[in-house]
Amino acid sequence: MPTPRPLSPHLQIYRLTLTMVVSGVHRLSGLALSAGAFVAVLWLIALGRGPAAYGDLVRALRSAPGLLIVAALIVSFWFHLSSGIRHLIWDTGHALERREARRGAALVVLAALLGSALTLVVVAHRMWGGA
Amino acid sequence: MSLRSPLGRVTGMGAAHDGVAHWWAQRVTSIALIPLGLWLVFALLSLPDLSYATAVAFVSAPRNAVLLLILIPVLCYHGYLGVTVVLEDYVPDRGQRLTLVLLTAFAYVLATTAGMFSVLRLALGHGP
Repeated sequence: MPTPRPLSPHLQIYRLTLTMVVSGVHRLSGLALSAGAFVAVLWLIALGRGPAAYGDLVRALRSAPGLLIVAALIVSFWFHLSSGIRHLIWDTGHALERREARRGAALVVLAALLGSALTLVVVAHRMWGGA
Repeated sequence: MSLRSPLGRVTGMGAAHDGVAHWWAQRVTSIALIPLGLWLVFALLSLPDLSYATAVAFVSAPRNAVLLLILIPVLCYHGYLGVTVVLEDYVPDRGQRLTLVLLTAFAYVLATTAGMFSVLRLALGHGP
């Protein structure tokens, strides 16, 4: 057993800020995409196995839970991409001041919403719109 | 004057000298994944449909096959690095942590190999 030591204040002590949420969602979206890599590989494996296996997988992805997974991956992609670019900018030592950090967080949310909305519209149009 | 902590001196264990390797690999893969990820999303969105024939033609086109063969290991490596950090942060038990990190590594090696093999098989015309 480790010696009981004082704990640092827990998360719920602090007022929730946008920068905190963006930080957490960066990690969550990364986890979602890490799982999504397996979905992509399953898609490739099914493709290699032939039309029957491929048809089964595409049908599964077109079901309600499947579409929910695809939508979550699309949102995660745009969020993790914009937030990741913000992290890379931080690594150069820039935009770390409080004002810039707040503005950056808002920009990440905006970019993620925009990218996701456009992608989802195209996907929906492909599935249900036209021909 | 030494900057080593008293604890460091007592345990006699110096730096492992590979402390930045994980951090650095995560940055390098993330930079590579910006164009690769954008390419994949836009390429998939511009496919006319998701039929078997379209998908096979897409994966077997040489340019797409090469990019996929780069994307798969880079994506899986980046994912492995990220999941490992999360496990190291939230799994306090040493044994459980080691087991989960190892399982993650094995799963991503399997995904990388299976994904790349599927692409190669289709691109080289050995499909089903």
